[in-house]
Amino acid sequence: MALLEVKDLHTSFFTPAGEVKAVNGLSFNLDRRKVLGIVGESGSGKSVTAYSIMQILASTGKIVSGSIKFDGQELVGAGEKVMKTIRGNKISIIFQDPMTSLNPTYTIGHQLMEAILLHTNRNKHEARERAIEMLRLVNINEPEKRINQYPFEFSGGMRQRIMIAMALACEPDILIADEPTTALDVTIQAQILELMKSLQEELGMAIIMITHDLGVVAQMCDEVIVMYAGSACEQGTADEIFYNPAHEYTKGLMRSIPTADTAGTKLKPITGTPIDLLNLPKGCPFAPRCENAMKICIKERAERMQINEFHQANCWMNVKEGIENGSIEISKEGGEES
Amino acid sequence: MSENKTPLIEVKHLKEYFNINTGFMRSKPLKAVDDVSFSINQGETLGLVGESGCGKTTVGRTLLNLYKPTGGEIYYKGKQIKTKADINEFRKKATMVFQDPYSSLNPRMTVSDIIGEPLDIHKAYKTREERHEKILTLMDRVGLNSEHAARYAHEFSGGQRQRIGIARALALDPDFIVCDEPVSALDVSIQAQVINMFDELQQQMGLTYLFIAHDILVVRHISDRIAVMYLGKMVELADAAEIYEHPLHPYTKSLMSAVPQPDPKIARSNKRIVLSGDIPSPLNAPSGCPFHTRCPYATEECSQSMPEFKEISSGHFVACHKAAEIN
Repeated sequence: MALLEVKDLHTSFFTPAGEVKAVNGLSFNLDRRKVLGIVGESGSGKSVTAYSIMQILASTGKIVSGSIKFDGQELVGAGEKVMKTIRGNKISIIFQDPMTSLNPTYTIGHQLMEAILLHTNRNKHEARERAIEMLRLVNINEPEKRINQYPFEFSGGMRQRIMIAMALACEPDILIADEPTTALDVTIQAQILELMKSLQEELGMAIIMITHDLGVVAQMCDEVIVMYAGSACEQGTADEIFYNPAHEYTKGLMRSIPTADTAGTKLKPITGTPIDLLNLPKGCPFAPRCENAMKICIKERAERMQINEFHQANCWMNVKEGIENGSIEISKEGGEES
Repeated sequence: MSENKTPLIEVKHLKEYFNINTGFMRSKPLKAVDDVSFSINQGETLGLVGESGCGKTTVGRTLLNLYKPTGGEIYYKGKQIKTKADINEFRKKATMVFQDPYSSLNPRMTVSDIIGEPLDIHKAYKTREERHEKILTLMDRVGLNSEHAARYAHEFSGGQRQRIGIARALALDPDFIVCDEPVSALDVSIQAQVINMFDELQQQMGLTYLFIAHDILVVRHISDRIAVMYLGKMVELADAAEIYEHPLHPYTKSLMSAVPQPDPKIARSNKRIVLSGDIPSPLNAPSGCPFHTRCPYATEECSQSMPEFKEISSGHFVACHKAAEIN
């Protein structure tokens, strides 16, 4: 059994302008000790997926349907009481912006101990010891002294390390990292990613890495989900996604990023702009920007197709090729999204 | 680029200090840019990289005299920019594209007024029709639908707003544009569209760019030469391929190795040089070489004297006492 099973998740925001379908039929499994990357552009629903798992959506947002199972336990509709035992204890999250995620009016020690006191049986003294231990784990020098300091006394990279310490204090099984290094400089980013990787190996947790940076994904992730307009257009192992992309959007994305080899050449951008989530089309949401779009792409969304053992994609282009050489099987499950 | 040609832009020993209040009646200079020299040739793109707080944006702004330089000289086509009249003339030929396409466009102005503002300021038209004509041509040039001239900035997406910013920068037919992180606020798929546009405009109009960014892969893609800054100093400058493949300065080495490569096999085998510690505050910049506190090769000498920024091989400048030793 997978540690986390997400099945046909639909999360919407109900705004005066109408229902915004931010996550629209997402399914995935996460095994222990794995790093899963969720990539996509802004508005593709990757952060909303994380917030849905944690059930920390804004008041206008709601999980409309679907199932999220942690270790076999259903979380959708489980209620706030159950979620309190999960959040911070079993599943932790770190946010993009370390500058605003810490409370400026409390010492970092206070903020670190809060989670420990809430979720474990440690007394204040033991919690403090644990907090110091965590700070040492994330390479903060002189933790005994630093624990009494306020967030403004730390640099951005250190604050993000404190956020990680806080998230890991109760030894969660899953760490959700929502753009953990986007606000940081490259050399600091390298430090944080290295730290996350080594902690993951040491503590044996699973990580969901949400990012728009394909470089971070390539470095960190075992498996990757590519999201577009609220649903996964492709998912598989990192090697499959990077070396054998099977969705036109992923292919376009790979072509459009500058690398060391593209200097002096033209990049091949994806034309157009992302679609409006208020008015999702009937067909493939990427079809209006897709240069190979066929008639069927506009009429009907492709079902989930098994490309190989490690790789699935929702793109009609695979069938076009597949029908010709007959090598692709179409699995009926999990498709049929409106 | 031939050596004997006069560079379009030349900067010598540029300094920009900001006075920071450190207490009652006390202040301290923050050396945002400290003794930076470089030149940019006609039609060239010079990439400027470095981490936040290293002074790269300040270099761009001081270069255009948006900040009054504390010291140093700026030359445009061999002529020094000194008097107010010089600056006024210079600003017709040298413009800027800003990072944030949301806050750099006035929400109360229509697109046509935003693009037309430089024309108004420098009185670059005779009749209203001519002004309107110019604005439509500019919109067309950056791929905006000219029917949208009467719309407001909020009606456009991030990528389109950046195009508006670029059209504004092009309004006075400049030679030189300082591009300050012009694509970092954009999504990957939109980024490529805007990068290509910079490329095309350069070819069509013979533009020269100072391209400031923290994304090294983007800079590597667009630049002819790349300069690296650390804590207000320029530490290395060379051809883009050279500095990317064979960095000499230990900071550049770690910077280049820290770039996340969008390729799992390279990323896994990549030997990253992970620096310990954080960037020191520029208010309390270390003595000597500013990098010595994080440098794995630092010696006594490094903490005492600032190494000279010198040419090690043709066109490859580096400021490091140990450059010859460690390479």
